[in-house]
Amino acid sequence: MTRRPGAIRAGVPLAPWNVNDQKIPQGRLALFSYVSAALVVFLLVGFWKLQVVQSEHYADLADKNGIRPIAIIAPRGAMLDREGRVLVDSYPSFSILLLRDNPKLLEKSLPQIEDGLGISKEDLQQQLEAAKLEPKFLPVIVKPAASQADIAFVESHRADLPVLELMMVQRRRYPLGDMLASAIGYVGEISPQELEKNPDRYRPGDIVGKAGLEKEYNDEIVGTDGMRRVVVNSVGKVIRTLDNVEAIPGKPIQLTIDEDLQRVAETDFANKEGGLVAMDARTGEILAMVSRPTFNPNDFAVRIPSQEWAALNSDPNTPLLNRAIQAQLAPGSVFKVVMATAMLESKALPASYTVYCPGYAEFYGRTFHCDHAHGSVDLHKGIVASCDVYFYNVGKALGIDRITYYASGLGLGRRTGVDLPGEEPGLVPSEEWVERVYHHKWYPGSTISVAIGQGAVTVTPIQLARMIAAVANGGTLIPPHLLKGATDLKFGSFPLSDDTVQQVTDGMWGVVNEPDGTTSEQVKLQNIDFSGKTGTAQIESFDLQNKLGKKLKENGWFVGYAPRRNPEIVVAALVQSGGWGSTSAAPIVRDVVKAYYDKKSGHLTQTSTAENIPLSDGVVHAAPAPATQQP
Amino acid sequence: MKEHSSIQDIDWTLLGIVGAISGIGVLEIYSSTHASAMVGMQWKQLMWIGIGLVGMALISRIDYHTLLDQAPALYMFGVVSLLVVLVIGYSRLGAKRWISIGGIANLQVSEIMKLIIIIVLARYFAEVRTDRLTLADLFKIGVLTLIPVVLILKQPDLGTAMVLVPVAVIGAFFAGIEWKHLLVGVLLIGLLIPLAWNMRRHLKPYQQQRIETFLHPEQDQRGAGYQILQSEIAVGSGGFWGKGFGKGSQNQLGFVPVRYSDFILAALAEEQGFIGVCVVLLLYLGLILRLVDNAQKAKDRAGMYVVMGVTAILGFHVLVNASMVIGYMPVTGIPLPLMSYGGSATAFVFLALGLVMNVRMRRFVN
Repeated sequence: MTRRPGAIRAGVPLAPWNVNDQKIPQGRLALFSYVSAALVVFLLVGFWKLQVVQSEHYADLADKNGIRPIAIIAPRGAMLDREGRVLVDSYPSFSILLLRDNPKLLEKSLPQIEDGLGISKEDLQQQLEAAKLEPKFLPVIVKPAASQADIAFVESHRADLPVLELMMVQRRRYPLGDMLASAIGYVGEISPQELEKNPDRYRPGDIVGKAGLEKEYNDEIVGTDGMRRVVVNSVGKVIRTLDNVEAIPGKPIQLTIDEDLQRVAETDFANKEGGLVAMDARTGEILAMVSRPTFNPNDFAVRIPSQEWAALNSDPNTPLLNRAIQAQLAPGSVFKVVMATAMLESKALPASYTVYCPGYAEFYGRTFHCDHAHGSVDLHKGIVASCDVYFYNVGKALGIDRITYYASGLGLGRRTGVDLPGEEPGLVPSEEWVERVYHHKWYPGSTISVAIGQGAVTVTPIQLARMIAAVANGGTLIPPHLLKGATDLKFGSFPLSDDTVQQVTDGMWGVVNEPDGTTSEQVKLQNIDFSGKTGTAQIESFDLQNKLGKKLKENGWFVGYAPRRNPEIVVAALVQSGGWGSTSAAPIVRDVVKAYYDKKSGHLTQTSTAENIPLSDGVVHAAPAPATQQP
Repeated sequence: MKEHSSIQDIDWTLLGIVGAISGIGVLEIYSSTHASAMVGMQWKQLMWIGIGLVGMALISRIDYHTLLDQAPALYMFGVVSLLVVLVIGYSRLGAKRWISIGGIANLQVSEIMKLIIIIVLARYFAEVRTDRLTLADLFKIGVLTLIPVVLILKQPDLGTAMVLVPVAVIGAFFAGIEWKHLLVGVLLIGLLIPLAWNMRRHLKPYQQQRIETFLHPEQDQRGAGYQILQSEIAVGSGGFWGKGFGKGSQNQLGFVPVRYSDFILAALAEEQGFIGVCVVLLLYLGLILRLVDNAQKAKDRAGMYVVMGVTAILGFHVLVNASMVIGYMPVTGIPLPLMSYGGSATAFVFLALGLVMNVRMRRFVN
């Protein structure tokens, strides 16, 4: 190292560092300048790439950042009964959202939210934990149905609790509660599969009909959501509205249901299990439809807790089943109407065919029982007193092929085409069916069981109602439906001779009105030609009995109609484990038919739903002033 | 020593550039904050600029030779202050950087250390008086620099600690570092980066996160990568001409993080576009070239080292800050000199420029 001695100037020794004996390195300074210029160019290239080359991409991202599209939920259309009374409607309600954009702020706000909204901190944290994998800009719904007090709390803490936000939603309201629930169905969040089928129409989180009429007529009653575009800041607060496309509410639909008849039927079914269909026997308009046990669709209107949903789904009493169209059970003696019709129409036996009933009969080496020893029985008495022995013999004479032909012709074993999802077809056994399913020949002994509506034959209540109406009107299969004014209704035809209709309907009139008829005196209706047929079906499913852990009584059936020919109304009722159809089901049918005629003659006082609408705590009647919506 | 300084010796060109950059900064601070809770911030910044100008005038009066004479004392003062900060300084935003002076102003001690390291290293390089630095020299320079660097890192303030390093590197470059040493140094740094990467577990969590974020900004858009991404969106969406003054959505809606300070260039890029960025970066280039010009005309090497120390720090600030804004570097908390809001930082820049004035005024003194 070459250290030079410090220079002496004017006799004063300077500090060695202060000696100015070195030139300024001009070359290196120039190099420094060039490098600086090059670095500025390098930075400008970087800015150029972002601001010119990728400018559109980033402009798009900036828009997505600051402009948030918010759906304005359109209310679903109401459902009205045939007289315009509200069965289902929608009301605006508010959900409280927790914004998760700012974790620090969120953490700080939790205790205050806990106090103000009464949601425990653990619960909040659990919800946040569950949403952890979702994008952070998606808020968590902490209160799906906010009360007035909750809304006031959020409104008054806008400044210090910016993590809370109100969202207006449209909720379904079912003023009848669990009445008609199985037919109406319920709504819920759209499933990924449904979304895939209709990606243009729906967005994730949309509320759609999941069952019943809500599902069947979803496309008709669903509205068109509006859209509001708002400018939000970095913590998700709305600064201003850019534009607004109003929602178009869904159209209401009118049903064929008569609320008065529905109430009568529902009341009679209290604490019973089973189903009922009441139809206008001329048009197929369904006047009442019951299925019990059932559910309250209002429970689905907010957000059904998962345990509750699981309980509904796994309940062995199947409350979600619509028994009127989905219970496939042996018809019991109601099937004798089919047998009588087949006997007369096919002329396999003379109309005067008579059998002696000692209380039992033997076929193919097996003894088949009857309720009583009916003595000498002809067709009329066979129907009126429901003599099994008579129809065993009819069945043997007809053979399974002819029974199958007439049963199918009268609409059993196939869907009626009612405008509800999930209708079951039931089953009319045939030789072909046995060979296909069980791979053996038809046992002739099975025909004897089928002849009294037992064995493999199963039907739904709605099929039985239509079958009885067809027999009583000469063979017109009416199209059951729930939508008032439905077009493209297809009437089926299975022409029956007048003679057949006369004899069978006389028999069904006798069931109710003659002294040895199976129903009791109370079922009779004054001045009304009330007719029908009872059925009491044994239950062969041991599986179900084991599942329910109780011995099941017989299923009671009654299909009644009035007047005795060309009926106006037909009602099929099934009371599961009800025992005799004459005592369990027949009184219910009678009440409904009576209500129908009372109403017709102006005796029945109409009920109004208006004062019966239960208003839950969370219902909001009018929108409070400044509330914003979130997607 | 006779003073020959006069009003003509003031570098008016330099002051003009400084005024232009500061003015743009004040306007952008106004634009970024006028519609927020921080309204009126531009007046505070103007006040800091005023204080800075007074400080600049004062520091230019004291002959830099006198300052260099006091280098050892200044160095001791700086190191002790940093130690005091670590012990009694109060925390803000999780870092101990400030000491309260009379309860009025909170002074960021590390900013003073930047000035001191410029003076100390200028003194050292001038003392060496050679065009070939030995390894022993480099070692001493390293120790002198690393003591405050480590102390500032302890605060922890990675950004300011890093800023001290270029003063030593640029100084060594002008003092005559040998090319082979430079090469070894570059290689060492090349080796140290992967080593440091493996040691990252020893970093503070926030530092780890910043590095993670820098490497994978898209992975967590609302979390750690948020700042860089939002900054890039602001810059990119500004386009060529910009969205207009006060009209940048990223800026006005608060998506750009600390848009009035560290990310002010992103706010400007959004509202004034590429054109605005060009103007600002060319002003900075002008500032640096003007500083180099002052270094070239310095009376002695000591003066040149002082000027180039200031240039190194300012240039490094601009380079790192602008790179961060466009996602080329991780977030380190290094403000853009003269534009970013901040008292200590603004005061530092003016005092540093005061040193440059000081050197310039004495260029003809013999």
